[in-house]
Amino acid sequence: MFDPSILFSSVLNGLTTGAVYALIALGLTLIYGVLHIINFAHGACLMLALYAVYFLKERLGIDPYLALPVVVPGMFALGYGLQRIVINRAGHGKDENILLATLGIAIVMENLALIFFKSDTRNIDTAYSLSTVAIGPAMIAVPKLVAFAGALVVSSLLFWIMGRTDLGRAIRAVAKEKEGAKLMGIDVDHVYAMSFGIGLACLGAAACFLLPAYYVNPQVGGGFVLVAFTIVVLGGMGSFVGALVGGLLVGVVESLGGLYLGESLGQIGIFAIFIGVVLFRPEGMFGARA
Amino acid sequence: MSELAKQGGRQLALIALFAVLVACVPLATRSGTVLNFVMMALYATLLAQAWNILGGFGGQFSFGHALFFGTGAYIQAIAQLQGGINAWVALALAILGAALAGLFVGALSFRYGLKGSYFALVTLAFAEVFRILALSVPFTGGGVGLMVPLRESAANLQFGSRSGYLWLVLGFVVAALLLSWWLRRSRFGAYLQAVRDNEDAARAVGVNPFRIKLAAIGLSGAFMGAAGAFYVQVFQYIDPGIAYGASTSVEALVAAIVGGMGTLWGPVLGAVVLHVLADLTRNLFGELPGINMVIYGVVLVLIVIFLPRGIAGLGLSARRLWKGGRHG
Repeated sequence: MFDPSILFSSVLNGLTTGAVYALIALGLTLIYGVLHIINFAHGACLMLALYAVYFLKERLGIDPYLALPVVVPGMFALGYGLQRIVINRAGHGKDENILLATLGIAIVMENLALIFFKSDTRNIDTAYSLSTVAIGPAMIAVPKLVAFAGALVVSSLLFWIMGRTDLGRAIRAVAKEKEGAKLMGIDVDHVYAMSFGIGLACLGAAACFLLPAYYVNPQVGGGFVLVAFTIVVLGGMGSFVGALVGGLLVGVVESLGGLYLGESLGQIGIFAIFIGVVLFRPEGMFGARA
Repeated sequence: MSELAKQGGRQLALIALFAVLVACVPLATRSGTVLNFVMMALYATLLAQAWNILGGFGGQFSFGHALFFGTGAYIQAIAQLQGGINAWVALALAILGAALAGLFVGALSFRYGLKGSYFALVTLAFAEVFRILALSVPFTGGGVGLMVPLRESAANLQFGSRSGYLWLVLGFVVAALLLSWWLRRSRFGAYLQAVRDNEDAARAVGVNPFRIKLAAIGLSGAFMGAAGAFYVQVFQYIDPGIAYGASTSVEALVAAIVGGMGTLWGPVLGAVVLHVLADLTRNLFGELPGINMVIYGVVLVLIVIFLPRGIAGLGLSARRLWKGGRHG
């Protein structure tokens, strides 16, 4: 067995990664809860956001954390446009069609990135990239701590938007009862596009917090997409609290799995959880049994 | 003769005509480029046909069909390399193994009533698990992959020219055409399409959806496995990325959807159209990695938005329009 201090630092590391996972999953679960579609392009959109953060830093020298006010609205606009122009028209009343449309979008984004940015893995250098702080016996990288805190702040902001604002009320109304909301004068297509936009804005924030301690290449989204689905399914489709708890849990499981089983087999753990949950408890930890 | 029987006979004649015409291509030309193009188009057709059995006729959208492709490919390679088994016997084993993989995934996911997006994601996750396993276990050669040594002879399933491979894959394509033809006319096919259109209604009239879907995924897996084995024989190499990577899954489903799901000729149309498009872009832009996939993605989105029934569906509406005009 391992020394308890290694275990402790592994759990802490898992929690910091998990918070970013949670942020990614929150966007996914919001889109699912409102539009009842699985956004297969979620990982590819995260990849685009990561490239945006990368180029802002490399070309214009903008610090990743200061890039938040640029990347977050940019991703929001991308999401709003994608939903309005592409996804909204692809449904024809069938969920599978939307899944296929988002799959098509993901393929296009990933391969355009491959063409324009090449397959090189890139990362950025910041003054704080390698600095660490001690928490008890563990050493945690500063960017990871910032990511943890930032992810929690953005999540709370999202909770506030959903719970306390008119937009949040409209989104919840549409999610619950689309026809009724329409009769009350809510512009459903607009609310759909807003939800999709907010979902991708979460990715923008996640990208800013992620890149100082992470890397980007055209395939980077693929890894995140199944992790995010796992979290969303684990937490119960459409559940916010579930996504938050599920994200932290998956982060810790991945970290411990990597510690005990090694890098690649640790990854299988995530897929095993995903397959297991979908098969045996598709309503998730916090979802009501259908 | 009833209208249905007459139509069925006409379709059979069409399949026979297709088989004879394509089989004659190597007799008409010795050009390697042409033969290679036809062979690769047939290979893409086979992928689309395999996906179409489960996705088109059964309505179960798999995002991880590479799972069966890769399993067939690895069995084909490993049986020859480690087992010293004859390539033709290995081919049979590969088809059988891929069908079993299909039954395994199907038994798990259909037993628990997975459908729609959940089924799509679980098949994707299975393919990923297999990819990681293939990277980690010793007998697949890990990331280095497996090389099948060159021993040209028909008994070894290695042909000196493209013609042999063309005839081999044509055989599979025709078999899949006949299976699709049978699916459109048989009791089993009717059950399968009933389950696709309304599972509860099908169950209410006494169809067992679990068994029907299981049979469909087994058949689908078998053809995918044949494609995997064919790949290994032609290119004599396989690695985890080629075997279980997403691009084979995508190629199979895009071609079937573009051509027209649940139709006889849709996968053929879709695969040929995509292949021609890919060739054209290669001539326009040169060898850019990923450009094919960009085209596939764009075509997929456009088809889902504007032609959800695929190219074959377009032909159907045009014929109906023409007939309507004539009667009216």
